[in-house]
Amino acid sequence: MRPRWETALEWAIEWIIRLCGVSAILFVLGIFFFVFREGSGYLFHGFNPVQFFTSIEWYPTSQSNVRYGVLALIAGTASVTLLAMAIAVPFGLGAAIFISEFCTGKWRESIKVVIELLAAIPSVVWGFIGLTVMNPLIIKIFNAPIGLNVLNGGIILALMSVPIIVSIGEDALKAVPDSYREAALALGATRWQLVYRVLLPAAKNGLLAAVLLGVGRAVGETMAVLMATGHAIKIPTSPLDSVRTLTATIAAELGEAPVHSQHYQVLFIIGILLFIITFAVNLLADLAVKGIKGK
Amino acid sequence: MSAPGEFSVTTRQLNLWYGRFQALKEVSVSIRHGLVTSLIGPSGCGKTTLLRCFNRVNERYGNVTTTGEIKILGKNIYDADVSLIELRKCVGMVFQRPNPLPISVYENVLFGLRIHHESGSFPKAQADAIVEQALREVNLWEDLKDQLQARATTLQLEQQQKLCIARLLPLKPEVILMDEPCSALDAKATHRIEELVMGLQERYTFVVVTHNMAQARRISQECIFMLLGEVIEHSATKDLFLHPRQERTSEYIEGRYG
Repeated sequence: MRPRWETALEWAIEWIIRLCGVSAILFVLGIFFFVFREGSGYLFHGFNPVQFFTSIEWYPTSQSNVRYGVLALIAGTASVTLLAMAIAVPFGLGAAIFISEFCTGKWRESIKVVIELLAAIPSVVWGFIGLTVMNPLIIKIFNAPIGLNVLNGGIILALMSVPIIVSIGEDALKAVPDSYREAALALGATRWQLVYRVLLPAAKNGLLAAVLLGVGRAVGETMAVLMATGHAIKIPTSPLDSVRTLTATIAAELGEAPVHSQHYQVLFIIGILLFIITFAVNLLADLAVKGIKGK
Repeated sequence: MSAPGEFSVTTRQLNLWYGRFQALKEVSVSIRHGLVTSLIGPSGCGKTTLLRCFNRVNERYGNVTTTGEIKILGKNIYDADVSLIELRKCVGMVFQRPNPLPISVYENVLFGLRIHHESGSFPKAQADAIVEQALREVNLWEDLKDQLQARATTLQLEQQQKLCIARLLPLKPEVILMDEPCSALDAKATHRIEELVMGLQERYTFVVVTHNMAQARRISQECIFMLLGEVIEHSATKDLFLHPRQERTSEYIEGRYG
């Protein structure tokens, strides 16, 4: 007969573990509730969604005519993300293929460690690199008036997204059964034929998920883009234009907006918008991964 | 292609090490063209290793050292100027677990041709004919002619294994290596695969690794018995099973070890 306290302990441990499991859900719901509550006052009374999404005029502190149009901010986020992905996707997937298929032993381990280090660099350090290294470089190379622009932010964001794309992309390639590799090699495929005729089609869902999580990272990143993109609210027409992103706007203005003022509430509405965008991207990534098992 | 009775695969003093472990010792065998030769022996005797030398797929794992020579079609496959791609085109392999690629049945059959052709594409009519012929030869055409676009990984195991044989045929290989091709299949499917091999044997040289001595007796004309990395006996299958020359062979086939 086991002592009663042992049974009770077992029961308690089980419940603690269960609580840890569901806590993530509680936190996400809690955060969403908080962001929503802070923005809801204005969202339901006086908020003009048409102006919000279609106007490029963002004058939250104007004395005479306050306008909250975030189109330019959305364009800022979109342009920086797009450029970042244009750089990060080929590099990230290329690196994932290299690590998983062309690399063995020590080489593979050391490259993985270095790429993980890249992921460990704080975003403010990236922003600092954008300000002090990339800025003068861009001015010099492109003869631009200012080096804090879409190009600068895009490159910085690309470097920050690459580790995610590499590690998730590598997992996706690793999940392809080795028997497929043997089958193709035994038929006389070269390594490159193996990659593009067998592995890429077999791992395409996982690789898509890797790209989408990279996008999610880029959309949500704040500090580095705040420092590197130049803080100009406008729709960019070239990579050398300065922009401002949704995230940077919140970070820059929330401290100065009086609590519960209209301006403050609109910033939280931007927060809701960001939340929805990243949620949608993550959901898509999740569905993409599920697609592998579905088949 | 060599004439019947001649040798398709000849090894001379073949030694192989995985790291420091010697898996093959001084293996010298000559495998006749147009016959089914089975490789038997207890687990770990080196029969799969020997089989995987013939198309050099065991080099994937890196720490493999080989000495000696293997001649296929008169050429030593360990010569520096041998192209692995060409070697594997003429030496096909069927694996223990059926491993069709996760693409359509149609594309599985054409995969070999596509990777060996510069452009990888042919006229549709020609491709259709190649697919039909290959599937007919493995008795799959009637079953699958209406589902050529189905994903090959969704087929039954027996069909998958037949497809794995079918995809070798368009490349017109000299030798087909089989590594326990029926171990994942039930008795009926095993029977049908065996019939298939016996039906195809005249045009190709089959080397079949098997754990199943009854299978070796059913399908092969010649048999090689291996033990601890060495070839103990190589003779006609009926001689090997009825009048083994070596005591170790007779003990193995009587089931005293293995």
